Amino acid sequence: MSTILKPETAGGVLETIAWAAGEEKPLEVRGRGTKAGIGRPVQAEYTLDLSALTGVTLYEPDELVLSARAGTPLAEIEALLLENNQQLDFEPMDYGLIHGTETGGGTIGGVLAANLSGPRRLKAGAARDHILGVAAVSGRGEMFKSGGRVVKNVTGYDLSKGLAGSWGTLAAITDVTFKVLPRAETCAAMGSSCEISAAAHLPAEAAGRLPELASADGAVTALRLEGFGPSVAYRKEALKAVIAGAGSFDELDVGASESLWRAIRDAAPLAEGAAPLWRVSVAPTAGLDVLAALASLSVRHFYDWSGGLIWLAVDDGADDAGAELIRTAVAASGGGHATLVRGSPALRTAIPPFQPQEPALAALSKRLKDNFDPNGILNPGRMVAGG
Amino acid sequence: MSGLAMPAPNAAVLGRRAEIAAALRNIVPGEGVIDHPDGMRPFESDGLTAYRQMPLVVVLPENTDQVSRVLRYCHDNDIRVVPRGSGTSLSGGALPLADGVLLGLSKFNRVLEVDYQNRVAVVQPGVTNLNVTNTVQGNGFYYAPDPSSQIACSIGGNVAENAGGVHCLKYGLTANNVLGVEMVLITGEIIRLGGKHLDSEGYDLLGLMTGSEGLLGVVTEVTVRILQSPETARAVLVGFPTSEDAGQCVADIIGAGIIPGGMEMMDRPAIHAAEDYVHAGYPRDVEALLIVELDGPQGEVDDLLARVEKIAGDNNASTIRVSQDETERQLFWAGRKAAFPAVGRISPDYYCMDGTIPRKQLPRVLARTRELSEKYDLRVANVFHAGDGNLHPLILYDANIPGELERAEAFGADILKLCVEVGGVLTGEHGVGVEKRDLMPEMFNEDDLKQQQRVKCAFDEKHLLNPGKMFPVLHRCAELGRMHVHKGQLPFPDIPRF
Repeated sequence: MSTILKPETAGGVLETIAWAAGEEKPLEVRGRGTKAGIGRPVQAEYTLDLSALTGVTLYEPDELVLSARAGTPLAEIEALLLENNQQLDFEPMDYGLIHGTETGGGTIGGVLAANLSGPRRLKAGAARDHILGVAAVSGRGEMFKSGGRVVKNVTGYDLSKGLAGSWGTLAAITDVTFKVLPRAETCAAMGSSCEISAAAHLPAEAAGRLPELASADGAVTALRLEGFGPSVAYRKEALKAVIAGAGSFDELDVGASESLWRAIRDAAPLAEGAAPLWRVSVAPTAGLDVLAALASLSVRHFYDWSGGLIWLAVDDGADDAGAELIRTAVAASGGGHATLVRGSPALRTAIPPFQPQEPALAALSKRLKDNFDPNGILNPGRMVAGG
Repeated sequence: MSGLAMPAPNAAVLGRRAEIAAALRNIVPGEGVIDHPDGMRPFESDGLTAYRQMPLVVVLPENTDQVSRVLRYCHDNDIRVVPRGSGTSLSGGALPLADGVLLGLSKFNRVLEVDYQNRVAVVQPGVTNLNVTNTVQGNGFYYAPDPSSQIACSIGGNVAENAGGVHCLKYGLTANNVLGVEMVLITGEIIRLGGKHLDSEGYDLLGLMTGSEGLLGVVTEVTVRILQSPETARAVLVGFPTSEDAGQCVADIIGAGIIPGGMEMMDRPAIHAAEDYVHAGYPRDVEALLIVELDGPQGEVDDLLARVEKIAGDNNASTIRVSQDETERQLFWAGRKAAFPAVGRISPDYYCMDGTIPRKQLPRVLARTRELSEKYDLRVANVFHAGDGNLHPLILYDANIPGELERAEAFGADILKLCVEVGGVLTGEHGVGVEKRDLMPEMFNEDDLKQQQRVKCAFDEKHLLNPGKMFPVLHRCAELGRMHVHKGQLPFPDIPRF
C-alpha cells in the first residue's frame, strides 16, 4: 500500500518533491485518481495526492479567464462557469463513466495533464488550446511558472502546452489558468457547411444504447448546431437543404441534445462492462479504413470528430486486445494514435497503452523527461516502460 | 538593447570560413551557398532593422535531406545555425551571427497537398501565409491566422513565432491551427509531430515547437487546418469620446457572449495618421475608434450586428457605421491595416511594441503611456487588438538625432514592464528574439527560465540553434542538469499523511 502524501499548498508540493528527488523515492502523482486506470500501472512507495490544492483563485468573466489550484474539482468549476453562462469550450470528457468510478470527480489539473477534449474538438480544440498559464513543480523539486492570464502571449517557450498530456510525468501541476468562453445561447442536434460544432456517427448497436436516440431505427449520424438563436435557426434551414433526401432526420431539443452529446463525449455507448477500450485518433476520412482493417476482430465502435475519433471496444479477448492490428491499421491509414483507455492492469503492463513512437521521437521525449525529472520519480513508467 | 550583447564569436569557426562554405557546397550544390558579401547583404537583418550582422555564410537548401545534412555537419563541427523564413521578424529572431550559418528556407515554397475532406493543407515552410489562403479560397476555404505581414511572412516563420493577427480572437493563433510538422533536429534527425489527425499523444512537442523562435529545430513541412470561408462578413466602425468608453464597449460585447471575428482599437494619433494616409472615412473628432467585424452565416451576422450596435450606443458611441458592402468593409480595414506605414509617414522612424494586458487595464496603461510619452519627449500612437488585449504602441523617433533611438528603446521597455506589472506579458505575437531578451527576468524568475532552457537542452544540448535569442543568460546544459539534492527526513509536519 502506497503512503499518501497530501500537501495543502504549492509550497508543500515543492517540499514533498524536493524530498523525494533527494531520496530518489518514486511518487505516484494524482489528483482524485479518476484516470488512474489509464496508462501503465505505476508502482510507487508514495503517492503525491494533489486533491487538497483547491479553490478558484481568479475568475473574471469579462476577461474570459479563470485560474484555479490544480486539485479543484472540474465539476465545481463548471458549475461556477454555468452561473455566468460560460464554459470550458473544449468540452472535457469525463473518464469516470467508462471506468465505472465516480462521474464528475476529476480535477482541473487532471484536465490538463490528460489533455482532455470532447465532441467540440473539431471546432474548439482540446485543453492544450485553452490553457493560458501554469505553475508546477518539476521532478527536480523546482517550482516554476509559464504563460500568464492573457490569450496573446509568445513570451518564452509554452511550457503550459508542454505539460498538456504529460500525465504527471514531467512536473506536478499546482495551478492552472484557462481561457473560458460564453456558452451558446441555444443548440440543436440533427442528422456540411453549416458551422456544426460536433459530428458523430453511431452504428445501430451504439445508437440503441442511448435513450436520446430511442426514436431512431438503426444507425444515427448526429450533428450539432450551437450559437445564438437566430443563427441556429438560419443554419438549421441551410443544413436541411444540404441533407434533404439523405434519409429521415429528427431534431432534438436543447435538453436532449446536451444529454446526447454528453453521452457521446463520455463514450457512454461502450461504457458498460470491462472490455478493453481504445480511443483512436486518425484523419477524419481515415476512420472507415481503420475499421475495415479490423474485420478479424470482434469489436463494437462509434465515431466522433467527423470520423477522426474512433471509440473501439474489443470483445474477443485477443491477447493484446487487438493492439497490433489496430496500430497497424492506424499507421496504414496515414498515422495517428491508438490509446488503450480501459484495460486490466495486466493488459496495461503487457502492451503499451500509449502509441509507441518512432525511435528519434521517443529519444527526444525521453530527453525531455530526463531534463525535467532526472531521477525518474514522477509517475515512473506511466507513459512509457522505463520512462 | 542598443548595446546588444551576442554570444562571442568562435574564433576557430571564423577561421574555417572557406572550408565550411566548401563543405556546405558539397551538400547544397549550385547557387544554394552564398559567401560573397554582396550576396549575403540581404540577410544581414530582419524586420528589426536597427540591428545588422553579416552571417558567416548563407545556405539555402532545397529539400529535407539537405537540411538534415547541413544541420548534422554543423552539429558535428560545433557551428552555430540561425534559421530564417522570410525575414519579417519584428524582434530580431533571424538576426545572423558572425560565426553562424544562416539557414534560409525560401526554396521550400511549394504547397504539397490540399485535402479538403480532412480540411488541411500540407505546405513547405517557405510558403507565405497569404499564399495558403490564395491556394484554397477558390474552393471556399481560408487559413485563419493573418499576421499583418501575411503577404510576405512564411508559414515556417509563423510556426517559429506562433503568429497571430486580427482573427485570432475567434480562430486562435498559429498553435491552434497547425496539426503537424516535419522537422529536423540539430543532430540531423528528422522527426514528425502530429499529422492530419486532430489529437496528438505523447508530450506536446508541437506545442513547444510553436513559438520556439528557431531555437529547437528547423521545420521542413507544415500541416495546417483550413476553414470554410464565412458566408458573409461585415464590419462596424464605432467612435468614442474616451478610451474608457471604448474599453467598456469591448468588455460588454464579450460579456454578451459575442466573440467577433476581429475587434481592433486605435487611439486619436493613430486614427489621424491612418485617415490622412488612406482616407477610410474614420471620424477625426474621437479619442478611440473600434472596428468590430462579425463573420459567419448571414442570419447570425445580421443578428449580432444589431446587438453590437445596441451595446455601442449604450456606451456613449459618438459614431456608428456599419459596412454596407464588401468594398466598404475593406475600406474600414484599410486604415487599420495601414496604421504602421501611416505612422511611418509622420515620423522618420517608429518603434513598434507588442505587450499584452488584461483588457480592463487598458485605460490605466494608455494613461501611463501618455505620461511616459511626456517624460521621454517622444510621441506615441496606439493600435490595439482590443479583443485579446494585445497592445501595439508605436513610438515615434528620429534615428538621426543622437540619443533618440536609445530614448525610444527605454520608453518601450518601460511600457513592457508596465504590461507585466498589470498582469500582462512582454510580447503578444512578435516574439522575444533579441529585442525583449534582456527583459525576460521582468516576467520570469531564475527557476522559470531554467525550466525553459531545459526544454532547449532536450532539443539542442550544444546550444547551436539560434543562440543569443530569447534567453538573457544561456546556461550550459551540463550545469542545468546537475541535481541539487535535499537529503533528509520526510520533512512535513505541515503535510497531512493518510
